Amino acid sequence: MIFFRTLFKTKGEAISFAVFVALIAIILPLALPIFRLNLVGKYLSYGFVAIGLVLLWGRCGILSLGQGVFFGLGGYCMAMFLKLEASDPVSTSIQTTPGIPDFMDWNQITQLPWFWEPFKSFTFASCAVFLLPGLIAFIIGWAMFRRRVGGVYFAIITQAIALILSLGIDGNQGFTGGRNGITDLKTLLGWDIRTTGAQYTLYFLCVFLLLASALLAKYIINTRFGRVLMAMRDREDRVRFSGYDVAMCRTFVFALAAMLSGLGGALFVLQVGFMSPSLVGIIPSIEMVIFTAVGGRLSVIGAILGCLIVNFGKTAFSEAYPDAWLYLMGGTFIAVVMFFPDGLAGILDKSGTLKAKLSTLGTGLMKKLKPAESAEKASAAVAEIPKTAEP
Amino acid sequence: MSDRNFVLEVEDLGVSFDGFKAVDGFNFYLNRNSVHVIIGPNGAGKTTVLDLICGKTRATSGSIRFKDRELRGTREYKIVRLGVGRKFQNPSIYENLTVLENLELSHPTGRGVFGCLFFRRTPEIMGKCLEIAEQIGLADKLDTEGGILSHGQKQWLEIGMLLMQNPEVIMLDEPVAGMSVRERQETSQLIRKISQNRSVIVIEHDMEFVKEIADRVTVMHMGKVISEGSMETVQNDPKVIEVYIGH
Ligand SMILES: Nc1ncnc2c1ncn2[C@@H]1O[C@H](COP(=O)(O)OP(=O)(O)OP(=O)(O)O)[C@@H](O)[C@H]1O
Ligand SMILES: [Mg+2]
Repeated sequence: MIFFRTLFKTKGEAISFAVFVALIAIILPLALPIFRLNLVGKYLSYGFVAIGLVLLWGRCGILSLGQGVFFGLGGYCMAMFLKLEASDPVSTSIQTTPGIPDFMDWNQITQLPWFWEPFKSFTFASCAVFLLPGLIAFIIGWAMFRRRVGGVYFAIITQAIALILSLGIDGNQGFTGGRNGITDLKTLLGWDIRTTGAQYTLYFLCVFLLLASALLAKYIINTRFGRVLMAMRDREDRVRFSGYDVAMCRTFVFALAAMLSGLGGALFVLQVGFMSPSLVGIIPSIEMVIFTAVGGRLSVIGAILGCLIVNFGKTAFSEAYPDAWLYLMGGTFIAVVMFFPDGLAGILDKSGTLKAKLSTLGTGLMKKLKPAESAEKASAAVAEIPKTAEP
Repeated sequence: MSDRNFVLEVEDLGVSFDGFKAVDGFNFYLNRNSVHVIIGPNGAGKTTVLDLICGKTRATSGSIRFKDRELRGTREYKIVRLGVGRKFQNPSIYENLTVLENLELSHPTGRGVFGCLFFRRTPEIMGKCLEIAEQIGLADKLDTEGGILSHGQKQWLEIGMLLMQNPEVIMLDEPVAGMSVRERQETSQLIRKISQNRSVIVIEHDMEFVKEIADRVTVMHMGKVISEGSMETVQNDPKVIEVYIGH
C-alpha cells in the first residue's frame, strides 16, 4: 500500500496510468493490423528514451542532446548479437570468409574483430544492452558534473558526442556495417523474429518493459531522491550545503537515463530488424527531446504519449508532404516550449483542474437557481424535443 | 594559539579574485557554544569568509581547521557532513515543497543516492521535524508551501533546515535582513537558544541586534580584521569608529 502510494500520489494519476495501460496493451493490439502495431512498438521503444529524459531533463533540469548515443549503443549491442547469429558458416558459405557478418567480408576483413567476440553470447549481449550505455554515461557524467559543467555546455558536449559516435560508426564500415547499419537480422536464439507471431510477442515484451520502466520512474520521482532532483534543479547550492553530493546524484540520473535508452534501442532492433548510425546521431537525439517536450517533460506517461503522437503525425504527414514535415515538427517544438512548457500532459492537467473548477462553479450555480425553475426549464426542454424531431 | 576550546580556527586566510584581495590575512577563532558576530561595511569580505569556510570558494592561502581537521580543499558536501552548516544571505529554501518537506529533505539520514531512493519517513525523523518546526515557530505551517511564507519565515525555515543536520558550527549570513522588530527579537532568542550546544557565526549590520546576541565581535574592513573583542571593546576602538564614521 505504501508502495502504491509512492507510485501514484493522486487517484487521477492512477486512473490515467490505467487508461494508458489499457490503450497500449489492449486497445491498440486489438484495433491495429500487425503492420501498424509493429510501428507502434517501434515508437514505444523511443518511449524508453523519453522516460529517461523526463527524469534527466524534466525533473533534474539537465538537457542532454545526445540520448541517441545510448539508444544506439543498446541497439548496436543487440544487433551485433543477432547479426552473428544470422552469419553462421552455412548461410554465409558463399563469402570469402564464411561465418563473419557480410559487411566485414565486403571490406576484406577475414577475422571477427575482438570486440565482436563476446557478442556471440546472448547473456553478454543482453546485459551489455543497458550496462554499456550506463557505464559510458556514468563516466561522461562523472567527469562533467564533478567539474560543474551544466546547462548549455552540457547540451553541446552531449551533442558533440552524438556526432562523433555516428561519424565513427559511419566511417568504419568493416567493423560496424557503416552507413547501411546492421541489417538482415533473422533469428534470436533460433526463434524467427520476422514472423507475425514473433512481432506480437516482441510488441508485448516491449510494452511490458516500458510499463515496468515507467513505474520505476514514477517510483523514483515520488521518493526523496525525486525531491532532491527537483531541489537540485531549483536550488543547487542549498542541496549541496545540505550535505548531498550533487555531482553523484546527477551522474546517477544520467546513467539511469542512458540505461533506459539502451534498453529502448535493443527493443527497437528486435522489432524493426536493423540498426543504423542514422538512429544514433544529432537528429534522432534532438527528435527524442522534441517527443518528450511535446508530450510533457514532467510526466512519464505524457512523454511516452508524445513519442506516439509525434511519430504518428510524422508518418501521416510526411506521406503527404515529405519536405514540410521538418518545418512542422520544428514549429511544433517552438510552440510547445514557448506556450506550453509542460507539454500535452501540462495542458491536460490544467484542463483537468479547469474542469474541476468549472464543475464546482456549475454546481454552485445550480444551487442558486431555484429548483422549481430549473425543473420547469428541464420539462420545457423535454417537451421541445419531439416537436423539433418530428419533421 | 591552539587551544582545545576552539571549534574552528582560521589562520592567515586569503583569497584573491583576479588580483583583488577580497580576504587577506584573516584570523578567526571560534569558541565552543558561543555566538561570534562578524560586522563590517558593505564589501568588507564577510560573505566571502563564509564562502571560504564552507568550501564554496577556494582559498588561495591560509588554513581552516575544524576540530583539528583541515577543511581547505575538502568538498562542500563533506564539510557539511563534518558538521558545518551555512545559511545564505538571500533566504534559500525549496519554494515548491512544504515546510515539513523542506525540513525532512535536510535530515541527515539517507543523503546518498540509494539512501534517498529507499528513504522512509520514520517516527524519529517526523519527531525531529516537529521539534525543529516548533523551535523556529513554524509548527502550525507544516503543510504550507515554502514559497508563500513571509520573508522572515523563510529565514527561519532555512535556519531550521540547518538545525535538522545538528551541526556543531552554524554560519548565518544576515539572518534578520528584512525582518520586523518583533521578528528580530524572536530571531535573537532563537540564536541564543541554538548556541547553547553549538557555535554560531553571524554576519550582521544591525548594531542593536548584534549587541543582543554577540559573545564576541570581529570587525572586518577591506578583507582584514581591524578589531576583535566584546561588543564594548570593539565599539570603543578608534579604528572601528573611523571606519564607520568614514563610511
Ligand atoms: N566571486 C567573486 N569574484 C570577484 N569578486 C568577488 C567575488 N565574490 C566577492 N567578490 C568581491 O569581494 C568583495 C567582498 O564581498 P563580500 O560579498 O564578501 O562582502 P560583504 O562583506 O559580505 O558585503 P555585504 O555587507 O554587502 O554583504 C566585494 O568587493 C565583492 O565584489
Ligand atoms: Mg555579504
